[in-house]
Amino acid sequence: MKHKSFFWFVLPSALAMLLFIFFPIVSVLVQSVHVDHEQVIKTVETCDLFGCKESTTVDQNATAALRAEHPLGQFAGFKTYTDRNHLAIDEFGENWTRSNSWRDFGAQMLNLPFYKAISFTLVFTFVVTPLVIVLGFVVAVAVNSAVKAIRGPLIFFSLLPMIITPLVGALILFWMVDARGVVGAALQYLAGDPDLSVKASTPLMWIMLMVYGVWHSTPFAFIVYYAGLQSVNQDTLEAARVDGANRWLQIRHVIIPHLLPLTTFIALMQLMDNFRVFEPIVSFSAEAHATSLSWAIFNDLGGETRQLSSAAATSVLTIIGVAILLSPVLVRTWREFDRK
Amino acid sequence: MSSKAQRQPVAITFLVIGVLAIWMILAAFPFLWTLWGSFKVEGDFFSKANWANALTGKLTVSETGARVTGDGYYGAWVQEKFWLAAWNSVIVCFFVVTISLTLGTLGGYALARSTYRYAFWFLLSALIFRAMPPITLVSGYLPVFFQWNLWGHTATTIIVLVAINQPFTLWMLHSFFKNIPAELDESAMVDGCTRFQAFRNVIIPVMWPGVITTGLFSFLLAYNDFAVTTMLLSRENQTMIPKVASFLGTTQTKGNVMFAVSAVVSVTAPLLLMVLFFQRQIVGGLTAGAVKG
Repeated sequence: MKHKSFFWFVLPSALAMLLFIFFPIVSVLVQSVHVDHEQVIKTVETCDLFGCKESTTVDQNATAALRAEHPLGQFAGFKTYTDRNHLAIDEFGENWTRSNSWRDFGAQMLNLPFYKAISFTLVFTFVVTPLVIVLGFVVAVAVNSAVKAIRGPLIFFSLLPMIITPLVGALILFWMVDARGVVGAALQYLAGDPDLSVKASTPLMWIMLMVYGVWHSTPFAFIVYYAGLQSVNQDTLEAARVDGANRWLQIRHVIIPHLLPLTTFIALMQLMDNFRVFEPIVSFSAEAHATSLSWAIFNDLGGETRQLSSAAATSVLTIIGVAILLSPVLVRTWREFDRK
Repeated sequence: MSSKAQRQPVAITFLVIGVLAIWMILAAFPFLWTLWGSFKVEGDFFSKANWANALTGKLTVSETGARVTGDGYYGAWVQEKFWLAAWNSVIVCFFVVTISLTLGTLGGYALARSTYRYAFWFLLSALIFRAMPPITLVSGYLPVFFQWNLWGHTATTIIVLVAINQPFTLWMLHSFFKNIPAELDESAMVDGCTRFQAFRNVIIPVMWPGVITTGLFSFLLAYNDFAVTTMLLSRENQTMIPKVASFLGTTQTKGNVMFAVSAVVSVTAPLLLMVLFFQRQIVGGLTAGAVKG
């Protein structure tokens, strides 16, 4: 394809991505090194019978003028990054010297908003992703050995947890595990504790969020593996059987190697999607027990006081996290392409 | 396959049935439970006394006189104006799907046909863009949108969703167009067509299966989005998902959780129908990226 026609074909799409994905990233970078203007204070002298007094008031006009002139705010360098709500350099150092055990240090760190968010995000990402891969594989093998006639309905129901809106799916699960819901009641019965409540316990809340994550994403891994299973070479499988391989050995030495490239694909998609975990925390109103990076940004942006600089700094840190997660894939793709 | 099924030992058959039964319960039961419960009153759906009340509707009978009640639906759709949110969702989804498919087919076609290095870099940067959490982008939009008075309009949200959708749409359509033989449009160009005429007269008639599949996923993204729609839409332009979230804040105190429950069921219904009619396309789309590499 000629350069010129390529250019005109991709232009609309490239423009959309440039304006609404690339520029926002730049905008976030710029915003994160600026903070709001302080209000302009003026001193007014008021005189009356008893003499003159000086008082200070906020000069609304001057403040508005300053804001209009420099809408970004004033340059602050990395101040937002190092404050208590983000990397909390001072608090980090203080905790480091003061705390006398790792446990204590960890507990102290989890009180800092950014570390609380990133620790849940990372635990969620690296627990849910492998579980999704394993469970998706198990379900795919099971559906594949079911009778052909019932496979259609099986796939239909399997797709539901993934197709459902994340916010809505999480709400459905949340209502069921409510202390007055059916699963909540079952848990209370099993634990023998009538006051057991997922909402009130941090570990249970973490587990519940991850259960939701696995429930939501397993269908994706299942569908990809199921499609992969349709293309397993039947001759190789037959040969393995003739050589005396039992079912497990067939899976271990024929099917798993065949599905390995798909696993890379699933892992990549899942790492990207789980790292942005957000909706279940809103649905479960879990913010007291678990927050994620995306939730932290959402929290800064919402509400009466929109803390744009704080949100921007968290966004930049999140983007750095995404870049680190993606880097092995990118390096590999680049090397492969170079070899061609 | 049936001959193989007959050969497998009983223990494995039971294992397979067990796995499938558990998975089916996990996947389907929450939906059935909520659907059933949405026709009850709150005291039954969240029953302090006995969870089985949600099935029998004990309080529903004593409060409304019937075993099922549409009060939750009436409250959500009429009283809380969920119909408006539904209509907004229809508008947003329609435009997001049409615009992203238009841009995506043009771009995806060019990317599939170009043999130059920059096409690869283009796709790779699209992959990086795909990995950006939407909420990080939202924090980039807000200062600018406030400044230029773009905030709150449906049109702004549509364009933002189209852009966020583009990386995925491009990747998917690119792999579909790769499967359409290049000889097809090349022969048209030998006959004197320009590149665009070849695309219009030769490629467009045969691209629909791929476009429909991609369209389904664009629809899902627009329909399911919460981060962008909740931050960028003003109250009267809200779509269904932020509306459901706003029910949680206000109705829990009013004791009208059932509004939220029936709204949730209303949001789920179209998705169920979509899977019912387009199951084959969805499965095909999910695997297209993976199997073809």
